[in-house]
Order: sequence, then C-alpha cells, then structure tokens
Amino acid sequence: MPRILAKETLAPDVVRFWIEAPAIAKKRRPGQFVIIRTDETGERIPLTIADADTARGAIALIVQGVGKSTHKLNRLEPGDTILDVAGPLGQPTHIEPGMRVCCVGGGIGTAVVYPIAAGVRAAAGRVAAIVGARTKDLIILEREMAAVAEPCIITTDDGSHGRKGLVTEALRMLFAEGYEFDEVVAVGPLPMMQAVCAVTRPLGVKTIVSLNPIMVDGTGMCGGCRVTIGGEQKFVCVDGPEFDGHQVDFAEVAARLRAYREDEATAMDRYRAELAAPQR
Amino acid sequence: MAKKIGQKTKTPMPHVDPGVRRHSFGEVATGYSVELARQEAARCIECKNMPCVAGCPVEIDIPAFVRQVAAGDFDGAFQTLSAKNLLPAVCGRVCPQEDQCEKVCTLGVRFEPVAIGRLERFVADYAALMHLSDTAAPAAPSGRKVAIVGSGPAGLTAAADLAKLGHSVTIFEALHKAGGVLMYGIPEFRLPKTIVQGEIEKLTGLGVDIKTNHVIGRTFTIDELFSELGFDALFIGTGAGLPHFPSIPGVNLIGVFSANEYLTRSNLMKAYRFPEHDTPIVRGKNVAVIGGGNTAMDSVRTALRLGAEHAYLIYRRSRDEMPARAEEVEHAEEEGVEIVLLAAPTELLGNEKSRVRAMRCVRMALGEPDQSGRRSPVPIAGSEFEIAVDTVVFAVGQGANPLIRSTTPDLPVTKWGYIVADPETGATQKPGVFAGGDIVTGGATVISAMGAGRRAARAIDAYLHRLPAGGHAAADAFIST
Repeated sequence: MPRILAKETLAPDVVRFWIEAPAIAKKRRPGQFVIIRTDETGERIPLTIADADTARGAIALIVQGVGKSTHKLNRLEPGDTILDVAGPLGQPTHIEPGMRVCCVGGGIGTAVVYPIAAGVRAAAGRVAAIVGARTKDLIILEREMAAVAEPCIITTDDGSHGRKGLVTEALRMLFAEGYEFDEVVAVGPLPMMQAVCAVTRPLGVKTIVSLNPIMVDGTGMCGGCRVTIGGEQKFVCVDGPEFDGHQVDFAEVAARLRAYREDEATAMDRYRAELAAPQR
Repeated sequence: MAKKIGQKTKTPMPHVDPGVRRHSFGEVATGYSVELARQEAARCIECKNMPCVAGCPVEIDIPAFVRQVAAGDFDGAFQTLSAKNLLPAVCGRVCPQEDQCEKVCTLGVRFEPVAIGRLERFVADYAALMHLSDTAAPAAPSGRKVAIVGSGPAGLTAAADLAKLGHSVTIFEALHKAGGVLMYGIPEFRLPKTIVQGEIEKLTGLGVDIKTNHVIGRTFTIDELFSELGFDALFIGTGAGLPHFPSIPGVNLIGVFSANEYLTRSNLMKAYRFPEHDTPIVRGKNVAVIGGGNTAMDSVRTALRLGAEHAYLIYRRSRDEMPARAEEVEHAEEEGVEIVLLAAPTELLGNEKSRVRAMRCVRMALGEPDQSGRRSPVPIAGSEFEIAVDTVVFAVGQGANPLIRSTTPDLPVTKWGYIVADPETGATQKPGVFAGGDIVTGGATVISAMGAGRRAARAIDAYLHRLPAGGHAAADAFIST
C-alpha cells in the first residue's frame, strides 16, 4: 500500500503529502490527477498531482480539508498508508516549447497551477504568475511559484500580503503593462475562473481552466463528471480536466457540484461527533 | 437410452417474499436445498445428443454434473463444473440460461427444461460452504508472462485458463476491487459480492497476481506492458466503459445518472449504506429508469431498495422486444416496479436548483424491423405526457472507452472505437495482443464475455508456444526484420 513519506501544513486545513507511488511519479505529466481512497468505507477522491519526485518515487498531493473524506485524509501522518492510489488520470496539460503563459491560482487552485507553471518553465517557456487568496495565511506555494515565474504577483482580498485586491485586477494590470501571453491558465474557485475568463475573452487570449467536478471512477466509466463545453458533452476524467474556459458552462458545473450538499453536511456532522466522542 | 420423463415442470426456486425484498439488498433467490437440487437433477432424461453442452458458451459437461447432483455426488459435480467454468456461483445466478443451455434442452421441447442454472448455482454454493476446491493440478510453469487488462468475466476466465496452462498471469484492474461488472454493476440482491470475491480468491489460489488501481493506458500503456514489464502476450477485457446519454435537453440536471454511475455508487461504493460508507447516492422518491435490458432492471430494482415510492421503467418498444431476462422483469414487477412500455423521454425538466423535477415523454408505435431484427419504435405525434420524477437513470447502452485506443495507435478499432479482434481467437492486428468481451462486441452478457476469455486463452497459449525463446521482444525483432 502506498506510504505517506512526508506531510507539511501549508495553510490552515491545507496539507501537502508526499506519497510513495513510483509508477505514477514516473508517468505523470502536469495537469494530471490521481484517485485515492483512504480506507475500506471511503470515497474515491480525485486529487491533482501537485508535484513528483522520480528519484524518491513519490508524488505530492495538496489537500484542503473540506468534507469528511478530505478531513480524514488530512489526519494521516508520515508512515501511514493510503489504501488505494490510482493514476495518473486525465489528459496532461498541452505545453508547447517556449510558450508564454500567465498562471493564475486562487486559494487551493494554486496547487493545480503550480505543476503546470513548472512544466511550462521546464519546456523553456516563460511564466508570469498571479497567486491569490482571501488572506495571507491562505496563500500557498509562494516560494515554489516564485521559483518558476517572473513576475510572481501575490494578491489578497484584505491586503494582508502582496497587493490588495483580486487576481483579476492583477491580471488586468499585466495586460495594461503590455505583457503578452499565448495562454492564461486559471485554476481556483469557479467564480474566480469565470472572472478571469471575463477579462481574457474581450482580449482574445486563450484561457485554460481546470475543472474539479464530482467523480466516481475517474476512467470514463460512470459519466458523473460530465460538463458542457461549447455546447458539447465532455467527461472531465477522460477529456479533461483542462478545458477552454471561454467554452465552459460554469453555471452547470457549479450546480452539479452542489448535488450532494446535504449528504456532505450529514457526513461531516457525524464525523465531527465521532471525533468528539471519548476514545475507548 | 434416455430415461423416462418424470416431473414436467421445473422445481421452483425459493425466493424472499417481494414485499420484504423490495426494501432489502439481501439476495432475492435463496437457492435449492439438497433435496430440491436432487429432485430437479433427477428430471434430466439423459438424452443421447446432449444439446445443452453445445448451448453453453464455456462447454460445461452439463449431463455429467446433473447426473452427479442426482446421485448426491456434489463434490464430483463441482469438479465437473470447475473443469470448464471458474465462476459457477456467478454463472448460476446471472447467465441467461433460457437463451443457452436450457433453451436447447431436449426435455424443454415438450415440457419445462431442466433448471440447469439453478443446479449450477446449488453446486457452486455447496462447494463454497464445504470449502471444496478444484483438484485439477496446473501444468508445469511455462516461463511465459501474460498480462490481463480488466478483471471482469472475460479477464477472470482468460486468467484462470492461462494460469492452469502454466503461464505466469497478472491481472491489471483500474478500480480498487477486482471483478469488473460483477462488483460495480450487478447488485448485491442478484449477485452477492462475497460470492464474487470467493470466486476471485480461487484465481489467486492458482497463482494469479491481481493488481488493482492500475489503469492501463495511463499507469502503463499497452506497449509498456511489453517493453518495460516484460510480458509476452496480453489480453484486453476492459468492458465497454463509456456510458451513453441521449441527446435531449436536461440530461445534465442533478439527479440524472448513467446506470453505470447509479449502480457503481450503490454496489462498488456501497452508497446504499451511506453514511456508514462515505459515498452518497440520491435517494429518489420518484425514479424513472430508461431502458429495457438487465442493467435497467438492476437499476430500477435498486431504486426501490433505496426507498423509491414510484420506480418506473420506461422502455421504447414492447415487452416482447425487451432484452432483459424474463425472470428479471417478473421479479421487478413483483416488487412493484411500474413498467411503461412504448414510451421514450424527449426532455428532462429542472427546478430552480437544477434538480430534475419532471420528464416529458412521447408514446411510440412499432414500425418496420431494424438491423437488429426488432421492430423499431416510431414516435406518435401529439402523444406527449409528463411524469413527475426526482431521479432519472439512463440504461441505454455504452460506447467504447477511449483510454487504451488513444494510447495504442497501432491497435485497429472499428468506427465506434471497439477493438477489432478475431471472434474465434480474440487475436487483434497487433502481435501478442488479444481482446474479448464488451470492448470487442459492445454490451453483451457475462457468459459471452467468459466465452471470449476462454477462446482467447486457448489462442494465447498457442501463440506463446510459437514464440521464440526470447519472448515477445525477440518476436518483435523477428517480425521487423
């Protein structure tokens, strides 16, 4: 069973794990994900491969504790094993040598943007980055992003770190300063990705977003992750997870993400109660 | 010399009462007792031409095992079954015997055929209970390595046959549990998962290595299985694996599923036990399942067990054209499924939260026969009607999963994406690669996939004997010179 080699906290409730998975570490390309299961009654959880270390045969996963499954995962420690890790899944990011890309990460979305930025850099491309969050504590991977991107602009809604304001304002500023990009890659909360698309659409700049819908198998078999792209049905697990943001039906993606909201709350409440109950 | 005819009808199979079972995921048919099994087996008239054997896709010596059951030699009957069928507990439950062995039974010409499927199940369950095992010794190790892609009925059968022939066999399964459709597709109430796992354990007992969480086409490509992992031959039995949704408005509303998703959540992920198990499922009060096959029946009966007040089965043709087993349709109706024939959805309507609230349908009439020989349904103008629903499940067939073909450019596929393979041998046009089951034929049955796995195993064995000493790599060099 895949073992957890290292764990560090990047932000409140946000953890980076290094997990032993040599075949996946060797095979994965930027943009791909794995599906993991922590235990026998657990859900299958899709998580972007945030980094890989082929020498150690390990992959990095960055997990934000949102519901029961991710909280359960985040309680695991180095030395613990994860029951199932399958991948790499999804299409790799389309990277061309020497391309100029602006990578925009919002909150936990920076974990998805970072491997793409690193991949573009490795292909002799030029990366500008905008990393945003509500507040200073929620900014992740600042050092890693700064190592592959120039400029690397930090924004916070409250101004506690970097520029005060939204990532879209920083993006507008870059365009105003005359930066030219072959592509913008934006990953974060749906409203943020939609807002970035609204900035780039009138400018005619191709914009890639990475979608994270509800999935079960992750291999194209169930169709639970279907989305509408330019009026056509696509499965995020085999056709994505990255799509042309100007073609995405964001309202539908958002609605479908809410499908199990009540069940998720039930599961989380019960889990909290279990944790609070005295240990036998 | 054939025996005289005794009891003219099948010995009935004991079932859980419909009123009880519609709320339970426990198995519906409870199986023959020793007495009932011997009584049924005694009905075989031991006819000379034995058409049942040819009616079985895996060629079980049916008259022999039936005779052994009649004589009370259940161990012997199990050995007879095991010689040809690795999964008797599965086949005894889910094979369409009425279209195979029982269809051609001599007794069935004038009366009801021998209940061969029920007897097969009895023997398999007896063997499991008594911990009987297949006593046939495997052949000496051949030194050849075979990879099996997919652990459904085709892959399991091919793996067992190849292991018995002395080859070193590794199964790669994409999901976290082996069994394929037997685990994610067919519900507990029709095929208990402990039974499937019991059958799979027999494979590991034969030395087969099962690697779950390995998505071929992603974790390793087909070519890497040869070049990096050193396999000499491989069999692709991945299943079809890409659900179809009709091109009507509203299919992406919340509460609308493919049967694959609905059944996978319930069966593989055990969502019917949410919140003890973490995966949730929509527990609809008014559920409509679209389709007329066994998958549609499994879905609509699952809906009842998840608490539906109304579980509708909507099928566009008439009852005669339904591809589902008659027994499954009967079971569904006994449990309270409401079957709506000659109707098809034209639109799904949502509420303000994008949840499905109603389905608009149109009545159909049967027109001329189509390519399948079945009369094709034609919409009747002005016959639209609406049904209030909160869950819709489409069980209208599948397409070919793209993961392997998109990463194996030299593997020829049909225009629908199915792998081109010789129906007799499973050989594809790529050397050393064989394929069978739904990824070749499109959606079919468990037993037909098993038959394809068996035929491919035979051909793979012959291929391995022809391989030069260096294995696949040497063969490749040989072919390219």
